[in-house]
Amino acid sequence: MSTVTQDPLLSVRDLVVEFPTRRGTLRALDQVSFDIAPGEVLGMVGESGAGKSITGSAIIGLIEPPGRIAGGEIRLRGERIDNLPYEQMRRIRGRRIGMVFQDPLTSLNPLYTVAQQLIQTIRTHMDVSESEARARAVALLDRVGIPAAARRIDDYPHHFSGGMRQRVVIALALAAEPELVIADEPTTALDVSVQAQIIDVLKEICAERGASVMLITHDLGVIAETADRVAVLYAGRVAEIGPVRDVIQHARHPYTRGLMGAIPTLEQDSDRLVQIPGAMPRLNAIPQGCAFNPRCEHVFDRCYKERPVLQRAAPKHQVACWLTEEGGA
Amino acid sequence: MLAFILRRVLQSLVVMLVVALVSFALFRYVGDPISTMMGQEATIADREALRERLGLNDPFIVQFFDFVTRAVQGDFGISYRLQQPVMELILSRLPATLELALVSGVLAFVFGVGFGVYTALRRRGWLSTAIMTVSLIGVSLPTFLIGVLLIWLFAVELQWLPSFGRGEVVDIGDWWRTGFLTPSGRASLILPAITLGLYQMTLIMRLVRAEMLEVLRTDYIKFARARGLSNRAIHFGHALKNTMVPVITITGLQLGAIIAFAIITETVFQWPGVGALFINSVRFVDVPVMAAYLMMIAVIFVVINLIVDLLYYAVDPRLRVERAGAGH
Repeated sequence: MSTVTQDPLLSVRDLVVEFPTRRGTLRALDQVSFDIAPGEVLGMVGESGAGKSITGSAIIGLIEPPGRIAGGEIRLRGERIDNLPYEQMRRIRGRRIGMVFQDPLTSLNPLYTVAQQLIQTIRTHMDVSESEARARAVALLDRVGIPAAARRIDDYPHHFSGGMRQRVVIALALAAEPELVIADEPTTALDVSVQAQIIDVLKEICAERGASVMLITHDLGVIAETADRVAVLYAGRVAEIGPVRDVIQHARHPYTRGLMGAIPTLEQDSDRLVQIPGAMPRLNAIPQGCAFNPRCEHVFDRCYKERPVLQRAAPKHQVACWLTEEGGA
Repeated sequence: MLAFILRRVLQSLVVMLVVALVSFALFRYVGDPISTMMGQEATIADREALRERLGLNDPFIVQFFDFVTRAVQGDFGISYRLQQPVMELILSRLPATLELALVSGVLAFVFGVGFGVYTALRRRGWLSTAIMTVSLIGVSLPTFLIGVLLIWLFAVELQWLPSFGRGEVVDIGDWWRTGFLTPSGRASLILPAITLGLYQMTLIMRLVRAEMLEVLRTDYIKFARARGLSNRAIHFGHALKNTMVPVITITGLQLGAIIAFAIITETVFQWPGVGALFINSVRFVDVPVMAAYLMMIAVIFVVINLIVDLLYYAVDPRLRVERAGAGH
């Protein structure tokens, strides 16, 4: 794992993403801050709508208009990338930051062969000949575990199964050897039986190349096995962030603890899983103070008035909860 | 593939037979050809003689069977009005219509796709808004009105272009007369081609725009952007190719419609094509010409449909037969 003094590869500070609508502006992300060190795997968890995917889109500069980054900054190796002109940002996409999307069945263009899509991506970013690009493409497919890659490369996406297609997607995301890979729920659309394989392939290749990974998922099991650190998002804010072990075993934020309690285990023989009462607030109805206050069982006065800031709970473990300041729970 | 084509050809034959039956049955009600041919003074005996000679007294089934047997051999009889073989008449008029349809089809396709892509990519630009507004006019104005307006503006007021006819024509081979080779022939083509193609152009444009907007929202376009591909590669490679699949069908069918709807444009511009021939035949209850014309339109539609289906295979690999061993 990374040392404290190492410069982060990616640094996100106070990121605010807003969507103007007819009924006012919605804040999808509200002052989100986190770092990813070189070679590190950061897991990002949260319920649907917590802002996980928006964070990924914001980093790669592809927030769907009218959504926009309304504040904060994103730095890649110290360089600001959130305000780059389109053409400069385009050269970073794929080349320095790769992205894997959720659904491999729809991520590939059905009318082009895998070879065409790979070669085009490679040649967009690297100054290589058609045949060199092809050789690279075959090697990549081979590396992500496509059997008989040299022969299969000229097949169309519909010739591959879901798991195989996600391998192709990973090959495409890694084609130009990016330093950071954002994987947005890469296994959600897949069979349980191939999920682990895909995560393994992704993790291995990124480790081999020293690429960092931001793994967006709502599967805490995947995070526990894969990530070095984990960030928990709630209603567009970071609730807790820290090393995976700390967060999973010593969760500080009541929301994180609720999430942990919702995972069934073999050891515990309980009839019912722990449930967090209520639902995440809609973006137009986020309560004052702590966004979690309506659902929190430890809620007290201050939670209704002031928004908790991220505070150190343990080395490298930060929590946005007033309980932590009160001396922990 | 061969089996597919054969199956389609067989289906087409059935379609043609049905078209022949329907049109033949309809023509029994458009009026009595004898009264228009003979005039007021003819005696009843004369009328009956002609009726007998033309076979109009035979039972419907016999007449139809007779028609089909001869049609298969390319013989559609003699025109009641012009006393010439129908096949010869149609063939002599067909080049004019085909040239007109070709030019308007190409215009409609090129501008339709071009404007469609432009308005999809620059959705909020003022030029897009202008194009979309004008296209509404193209969709809603009837063809003859557009033709008359164009004649008024360009032929009467500005006097830039001729208002009727084909201009000078040149013979190519035995029966093809082209207007492409003379300046007056080309000038005469412009107004009718715009009139005939405008509706199709706006239709194609609106379809391309809608499809393109749809495709631009798909995951594979998002993924292509996330890989840093250039806008050109994304818009004109990845997006446009996917847009073209449904557009091909509509364009194909519209090409058939262009040939069929040429009737109105040909009438407005006195274009000497098959459409004008058909209109004149309707007035005269010239059943052989009408029947042959309808059969010709049916053949054109059927052939275009077949070509469209084959084009599908060329564009969309998912329809092609799976290669052996390519599955898993």
